[in-house]
Amino acid sequence: MQNFTYHRPGSVEEAVQALSAASDGTLMGGGMTLLPTLKQRLASPSDVVDLGGVAGLSGISEDGGKVVVGAMTTHAEVASNAIVTAKIPALAALAGAIGDPAVRNRGTIGGSIANNDPAADYPAALVGLGATVRTNKREIAADDFFTGLFETALAEGEVITAVAFPVPERAGYAKFPNPASRYAIVGVMASTGPAGTRVAVTGAGACVFRASAMESALGGGFSADALSGASVSADDLNSDIHASAEYRAHLVGVMARRAVAAAG
Amino acid sequence: MPTVSMTVNGRSAAGEVEGRTLLVEFLREHLRLTGTHVGCDTSQCGACVVHVNGKSVKSCTLLAVQAEGAEVTTIEGLAQNGELHPMQAAFKEHHGLQCGFCTPGMVMSAVDLLNTNAHPSETEIRDWLEGNICRCTGYHNIVKAIQAVAQGQGG
Ligand SMILES: Cc1cc2nc3c(=O)[nH]c(=O)nc-3n(C[C@H](O)[C@H](O)[C@H](O)COP(=O)(O)OP(=O)(O)OC[C@H]3O[C@@H](n4cnc5c(N)ncnc54)[C@H](O)[C@@H]3O)c2cc1C
Ligand code: FES
Ligand code: FES
Repeated sequence: MQNFTYHRPGSVEEAVQALSAASDGTLMGGGMTLLPTLKQRLASPSDVVDLGGVAGLSGISEDGGKVVVGAMTTHAEVASNAIVTAKIPALAALAGAIGDPAVRNRGTIGGSIANNDPAADYPAALVGLGATVRTNKREIAADDFFTGLFETALAEGEVITAVAFPVPERAGYAKFPNPASRYAIVGVMASTGPAGTRVAVTGAGACVFRASAMESALGGGFSADALSGASVSADDLNSDIHASAEYRAHLVGVMARRAVAAAG
Repeated sequence: MPTVSMTVNGRSAAGEVEGRTLLVEFLREHLRLTGTHVGCDTSQCGACVVHVNGKSVKSCTLLAVQAEGAEVTTIEGLAQNGELHPMQAAFKEHHGLQCGFCTPGMVMSAVDLLNTNAHPSETEIRDWLEGNICRCTGYHNIVKAIQAVAQGQGG
């Protein structure tokens, strides 16, 4: 890892200032993706701006019928929080199955969605539940946030402050994890509620996507049986040593039925 | 160079580090606490697990400066007055180790598990150890050791 100047700002404004003063600065959430990236020298920033000391970025609250999760809230906190387990148990279960306990104790929702790994779990949660990303500049609907492989709608110097989830009537998440890393080979979040009926797929393609044929199939009734004829095409799906595109397409169907069956 | 200060195993520790200095480097090279091991250096194996403010973390994936002001516990901090911690004693009693390389991280993870969930099922124990890799034991006796402590039959 190349050396860098470390900053620990106390507010989002100070973080933005430190970023803009740096020749090549980067934000750090839990560091669980950033530090391995720096060790591999896939990036060598001049400055690292740690959000760990920013007051008010961590924690979970209810706000106008939504569950609001601060950007620096760890996966472990989301998994065990009383509001999340009561209102959106599928989200708690998803967070509790990310990586391993030590990763969940450091990794944050803000870092996960900013990174937008094609096999990450949270993108499926945000799109599958119709969440809104709050930044220091604006609010972005999840459908518009994840724009491609490791790409998001975030602008230079934009800081995620929170994610607001509408409370679904029913929601379930199922993933077929990579046995070594626990990242999703395929993960599906299915829900119905104020954000409509949604089926969001992660791990299968370059970026999280909605399976519209499955959403229509569930329109008639939110049950696993309703999905029996619905499928996704293997055309644009990933193929690698873990699974072929055809196998991933098959898994999307299996995980979608399991997600709906698991929905409380 | 930044200076960092934290409490390690109940004693205050401070030093000059680089921004990029990892917590595990600070522990091993500055404080000479070499019980915490580096197996993979890529956040996979869990040999480097320590507790920061009571929670297990991979010290190869945390900067020393991120632990500023924190309470850190390493494997060296578990034994009290020359008496092994019950988890250490149970690993010894139940043959929860062979070469011992993974053991410091395994024990630190196991202690965090029982702090979080005092009576885990076998499945919960195995799930919790997802991020701790052992090349020798096949995990069986590690699970037995943790079960013994959870049932109050440590070493
Ligand atoms: C062994 C291991 C297993 C894992 N398994 C899984 C898994 O099963 N599923 C899964 O989904 N993930 C998994 N992960 C990834 C993990 O969830 C990370 O915590 C997550 O991807 C990144 O979160 P972080 O807080 O650590 O972010 P960091 O690593 O600190 O940052 C990641 C990126 O986000 C940016 N960023 C961070 N916070 C913000 C913010 N508030 N606003 C704007 N940009 C920001 C940073 O600049 C950086 O580019 C795993 C990681 C490891 C090491
Ligand atoms: S050395 Fe830290 S996880 Fe392997
Ligand atoms: S005892 Fe040898 S790696 Fe676990």
